[in-house]
Amino acid sequence: MATTMPATDDKPVIPLTARDFKGQVDPDWCAGCGDFGVLNALQRSCAELGLRPHEILTVSGIGCSSNLPGYFNSYGMHTLHGRSLAVATGAKLGNHRLHVIVTGGDGDGYGIGGNHFTHTARRNVDLTYVVMNNQIYGLTTGQISPTSTMGMKTKSTPFGSVEAPLNPITSAIMNGATFVARGFSGDVRHLTELMKQAIQHSGFSLIDIFSPCVTFNHDNSNAFFKERVRKLEDEGHDTSDWKTACEKAMLFGDTIYTGLFFQKQAPTLGGSEPVLDPDEPLGLQTLGLDKEQTKRIIERMM
Amino acid sequence: MTVGSFDLTIAIGGEAGQGIATPGDILARIFVRRGLHLNTYNAYQSIIRGGHIFLYLRVCDQEIFTHGDKLDILMCLNQDTMDRHLQLMRPGSWVLYNEDNIKPGEAGDGIQLCPLPVTKLSVSRNRLSQNTMAVGAASHLLGLDFQVLEESLTLRFQRQGQAVIDENVSVARAGYDHSVANFKAFDQTVPTGPTPLAVWSGNEALAMGGAAAGVKFYAAYPMSPATGVLHWMAQNARNLGIMVRQVEDEIGVANMVIGAAHTGCRAMCATSGGGFALMTEAVGSAAMMEIPAVFIDVMRAGPSTGVPTKTEQGDLWQVLGASQGDFERFIVAPTTPVDCFNTMAELFNLTDKYQCPGIVVTDLLLSEGRFSIAPDLIDMHPHIDRGELITKGSSTDGYMRYKNTETGISPRAVPGLEGYVHVVATDEHDENSQLLSDEFTNPHKRRKMVEKRARKFKVAIEDIKPPELEGSADAEITLIGWGSTYGVIREAVAILVEQGVAVNHLPIKWIVPFHGEVITDILSKSKRVVVVENSFSGQFYRYMRSETGLSVDGHIRKYDGEPFIPHHIVDGVKAHLAEKIECFVPYQEAIT
Repeated sequence: MATTMPATDDKPVIPLTARDFKGQVDPDWCAGCGDFGVLNALQRSCAELGLRPHEILTVSGIGCSSNLPGYFNSYGMHTLHGRSLAVATGAKLGNHRLHVIVTGGDGDGYGIGGNHFTHTARRNVDLTYVVMNNQIYGLTTGQISPTSTMGMKTKSTPFGSVEAPLNPITSAIMNGATFVARGFSGDVRHLTELMKQAIQHSGFSLIDIFSPCVTFNHDNSNAFFKERVRKLEDEGHDTSDWKTACEKAMLFGDTIYTGLFFQKQAPTLGGSEPVLDPDEPLGLQTLGLDKEQTKRIIERMM
Repeated sequence: MTVGSFDLTIAIGGEAGQGIATPGDILARIFVRRGLHLNTYNAYQSIIRGGHIFLYLRVCDQEIFTHGDKLDILMCLNQDTMDRHLQLMRPGSWVLYNEDNIKPGEAGDGIQLCPLPVTKLSVSRNRLSQNTMAVGAASHLLGLDFQVLEESLTLRFQRQGQAVIDENVSVARAGYDHSVANFKAFDQTVPTGPTPLAVWSGNEALAMGGAAAGVKFYAAYPMSPATGVLHWMAQNARNLGIMVRQVEDEIGVANMVIGAAHTGCRAMCATSGGGFALMTEAVGSAAMMEIPAVFIDVMRAGPSTGVPTKTEQGDLWQVLGASQGDFERFIVAPTTPVDCFNTMAELFNLTDKYQCPGIVVTDLLLSEGRFSIAPDLIDMHPHIDRGELITKGSSTDGYMRYKNTETGISPRAVPGLEGYVHVVATDEHDENSQLLSDEFTNPHKRRKMVEKRARKFKVAIEDIKPPELEGSADAEITLIGWGSTYGVIREAVAILVEQGVAVNHLPIKWIVPFHGEVITDILSKSKRVVVVENSFSGQFYRYMRSETGLSVDGHIRKYDGEPFIPHHIVDGVKAHLAEKIECFVPYQEAIT
């Protein structure tokens, strides 16, 4: 994936800073919410990669974290609950020049949108999926999510959850994702580096981010992660080894790994479709059929 | 009654897997190449092997809009077909069957039973040879030269090689010669029309209409009876530069279409009622984000999985009520195959202009029927108007995506342009696309945005052709129908008029916006009004009453899965004239 687009009208390109990616309004997240760190890292990574706001399309669903496109200066689509990946796939195929970044939460992406998560990964759509995983439903004031731990007490599980959580990292690897990473909102510098790699990766990239909810999840707090997270890159992890990646991703005790678990190069959905014209995105083409195309259609009907 | 001077219907019956489509296709091709009109209806069921399949093939020297009332040639591929349909044959008709394994029933007077000794005559041991032999015999009964059939067989089997062609030609020849020696042929020769005609299905007409309108993105999840649209799109995708995707579910389909549409593509999808139910939340999101997208619901008999291979007009209230909230969208029910085609460009121009979703509601009868069409009636280069769409340049003067304009239409910039950066949202938002819930939820802003979107539709009805009364203004009964019943009502009216019953016809195509005033004006001059529809509860009638306050004098309704044929409506009109009844429900004959 190209990291910059040509400047229009030969105007000199003024380097942008994270501040230039600040949206029209300030986030309405609770003070101390992990999502601030994620937004901050995304703004920094786009600035450091030299992207321009109009080259980026952020797409989200519904939930606290899905409000992110409103707080970020780029084209954005704040869509239905769970549908961000489907909308983003259509948008990426409609204009493959856009850098498409999908943002949302664990309930939006792994629960109601789980079907799209599976299939967007296996199709290897060239987009970056940033999931702010707080292991709880926050906007609906505290119920279990697909990543809540067993035994967790919430308003919908007053006696403790009896369901096993979903593991986004192993799921994504099994579904065919070509870039699978985990970040922590409390380490913005590390997260920024992961995001830069993910945006530059050609294909479907997932960054599942521990982004603690300070209001409704007191089990998995900022402090909980701070004392447990260890970076894979500090241990010389081989990112082409999916088996070890899965083993390490399954650990959720005294050690919880962050970093890039798995990466491989594979053809993207858009790259495999000859109808995508490298010079002219579908959405910008002049409409109407030519005589030769029409002739072939009618002949087949005779 | 016959429509033209040559009007003949062939039916082929058997079970799934017996190869009914091939003889049907061979005969259909012979007729359309001669320039004759064709209307076929395949009464099939959701089964891969077995069951009962019955293909009607009506041929005429004039344009026809229904598969008609009568049967002239019945080709029985199994005993079941003989048992079910022989009793419905009328004097002057033929019944062809394989005498090796089918026992004829008691044939009525004037019905010619035509047994074919398939094993004796055939050199081939292929189990499908009875079909080819029947086609050979039928060709003689129709007065066709064998050479015409030979050419058609050669074309049909050319991909499978000379040996297959030779085998089929020899089996067909045996059937043809046996018929010459034993059966009396039709006393009318098959005429030739002015120019060869093409064949399409309603699904193909919808797909081609979309392609001609400039569709660049098509997504679908397979569902009968709409799958034909996906097949056509997939087959033609690379020739036409259309991105075609089969998606994990209809929720994904609808949302993907909206994503593509947002980047400037004309985008559409087609499904049946069950799939459309899954799409409904997305329909409202397109309205809220003001993104034009087209959704096609090809109705089948419901509710739920219902009768997957049978027709009905039971989704009208579903499309009217699709998605939560109060919003603007177009709903259109095309009346004929060529109208399916023309509607697509018309609807895309409207959804682009008004930046809203558009829904096409049609049914199995139109979508899966195969019909002749004169190629010069297909305008592959329709007028394309994208409305206030910005796809190039840059802006420095504070672009607002949802600018509160006088018309309610705000110029729509696609992502990727400098200076037009904005966020679209399914949450209510202000002119500059800022969410209302991100600040004080301002009731004045909410009201302004609701009125902005609604204002677009104050004038939309002016862009839509009002319905027109067909037939004499001075009639005893006005028949009103919507969508696919156009053809069968038209033919029923012609039959009634010939019999001296004064009826006329008000066909309705546009459901939303609805020309309530025009309809009220027309119907207020009618002596009696009868509504014809393919649903139990009269969904269209109840909608029309809610929009106009009009009540009517009677109903003709059918909800057994099979479509109306002309005499069902003729009988219904006569029943209404004879005595005061509320609703006439015709009896579907071909069931035992």
